[in-house]
Amino acid sequence: MRNTRNIKPGDLVIVFIFIILILVCLLPILNILARSLSSAQALVKNEVLLWPVEFNFDAYETVLKDSKYTWSLVWTAILTVICTIVSMVMTVICAYPLTYDHLKGRRFFNTMIIMTMYFSAGTIPNYLLYKDLGLLDNPLVLIIPNCLSVFNMIIMRSFLDGIPQSLRESAEIDGAGPIRILVSIYLPLSTSVIATLSLFYAVGRWNGFSDALMYMINERRYHPIQLLLYNILNNVTSVEVAAQEGFSTPGLSDTLKAATVMFATLPILIIYPWLQKYFIAGVTIGAVKG
Amino acid sequence: MQTFEMINIDERGLDIPYIVLISWLFYRLKLSGFRQIKRKGMLAMKSEILRKNSNINYFKRYWTLYLLMILPIAFFIVFRYIPMMYIQIAFKNYSIVQNIWQMEWAGNHGFEYFIKAFSNRDFIYALRNTLMLNMLDLVIGFPIPIVLALLLNELPFNGFKRVTQTVIYMPHFLSWVIISGIALQLFAPTNGLINILLNRLGFNTIPFLNEPTHWVFTYVLLGIWQSMGWNTIIYIAALTTINPELYEAASVDGAGRLRKMWHISLPELRPTIVVLLIMNLGHILGSDFDRPYALTNPLVTSVSNVISTFVYQNGIRGLQFSLTTAVGLFQSVIGVVFLLIANSVAKRLGERGIW
Repeated sequence: MRNTRNIKPGDLVIVFIFIILILVCLLPILNILARSLSSAQALVKNEVLLWPVEFNFDAYETVLKDSKYTWSLVWTAILTVICTIVSMVMTVICAYPLTYDHLKGRRFFNTMIIMTMYFSAGTIPNYLLYKDLGLLDNPLVLIIPNCLSVFNMIIMRSFLDGIPQSLRESAEIDGAGPIRILVSIYLPLSTSVIATLSLFYAVGRWNGFSDALMYMINERRYHPIQLLLYNILNNVTSVEVAAQEGFSTPGLSDTLKAATVMFATLPILIIYPWLQKYFIAGVTIGAVKG
Repeated sequence: MQTFEMINIDERGLDIPYIVLISWLFYRLKLSGFRQIKRKGMLAMKSEILRKNSNINYFKRYWTLYLLMILPIAFFIVFRYIPMMYIQIAFKNYSIVQNIWQMEWAGNHGFEYFIKAFSNRDFIYALRNTLMLNMLDLVIGFPIPIVLALLLNELPFNGFKRVTQTVIYMPHFLSWVIISGIALQLFAPTNGLINILLNRLGFNTIPFLNEPTHWVFTYVLLGIWQSMGWNTIIYIAALTTINPELYEAASVDGAGRLRKMWHISLPELRPTIVVLLIMNLGHILGSDFDRPYALTNPLVTSVSNVISTFVYQNGIRGLQFSLTTAVGLFQSVIGVVFLLIANSVAKRLGERGIW
């Protein structure tokens, strides 16, 4: 119906506004990309805007030669996969029982879980707990303490609630138990929300650095990429090879920084467009019901 | 067992399959029921047996659900509720050799560390900065997604709409470290894109990240950049539930686009707006750690130190556990109080609120 109507001047104004917004979102990233592919001299001469000047891959090669940086990339990728799987399993096994209306203790579990969204003990009590549990400087601290997000659990629950009860009842009459129903009916029907929440968890882990900063102070080997990137950007540790190979011009260190930023951003830019068609549907459902 | 539950006792009386089932049940209860039946009467007995039996049945059939819940519930107890026991450190003198129950109470009826916090200049600044940055975020950043959602809703071309959504959601998926990396390069005083353009247009260089006032402005701007698209999602979801007949009726009455937005879309969004406003007010003293920590630099600490960075610096780095636990508790309690106040005000104004 909407597609057949005439285009009014108002439509063009709105389209114009959104074109500007799209540019605002994309140009900064294009600028970084251009800087990472330009030569150091061009950067110093302020010639680099949105297109690489004196195109080269030197900065990328330098970064890739830095074993600390590449190891951190690999480690963060492994960590992200583990975290996403653990989190998704936890989210599903938490949300699914709560969709049974007659589950005894359902109200209690619900209240207990939602409460933690509004009141949390704070950073230091968590820190001291991890210390007592022996989780400090242990890579597990990057996985376990945040493996279940209440917010994502609620989205999952709302989605599962939307699956018709009659499906479950007919399966129950056929003699299927709750776990069988979950695996063979509910999970296949919820691919979109699973894709969405996996993206959220994966991005959260890939982007997170504060837990490593606070709880992994002495175990630098297992620092995720974002923390390493933070240290590079703030000159806490510069990319070591830059010093080794004798580069000291400020321009080159800027192209290097741009390249390190691009490396940490690329996985997200690659995965995100493929998953976003799921999450527009997935989040919308959660939001309406939530 | 399924069929047994379906029998309606009152209407059908004692027909033969029913008697068979009842006697089978009595057998299961090891005949003890026969003695009670004389005292209680037939009907009362029947319903009691039914209830007992359905409980047995219930756990037999659904125990796996509880099995599934064990891990998540254990998670919430260990990582969300047990830390609350450690809150008492705020009222005690922290000691590394004692456990939390043995530590001695702090002076001033246990409130010594709260008093210390409020006489700490750094904390007062952190409190001020947290409030200031969050207020600016709220005042400037809150209306933008609403406007964007209304405009997106009006976009006539579906393909373009999808592309737009994909692109403007994207910054939400970048970490604050990456955004800070982008900002450092984009806003660099000498060779950043923005300042190169400003210079070419004949303006002076603007110290976006190196001067406190400009830093606050940049901080808020980057926050909007990161979240404006993503925050439209919930409004768009609400807009899709509006009955299209409302718009058609308005068109028949001769309402233009703006009038329809003002008189239909916006009122329909009101409950969603109120809920999000309440949530935001609840977070007015809450502070994100990643964003200020990633964007700050030594030149602007006077405006960039917030409560979360204060806790990190003085607690985890400075080992003043009692003081920073007190600060964290203060922050959490104020958050809950704000949430309750905002919610009750909203309810008094006739809105639904968040619970």
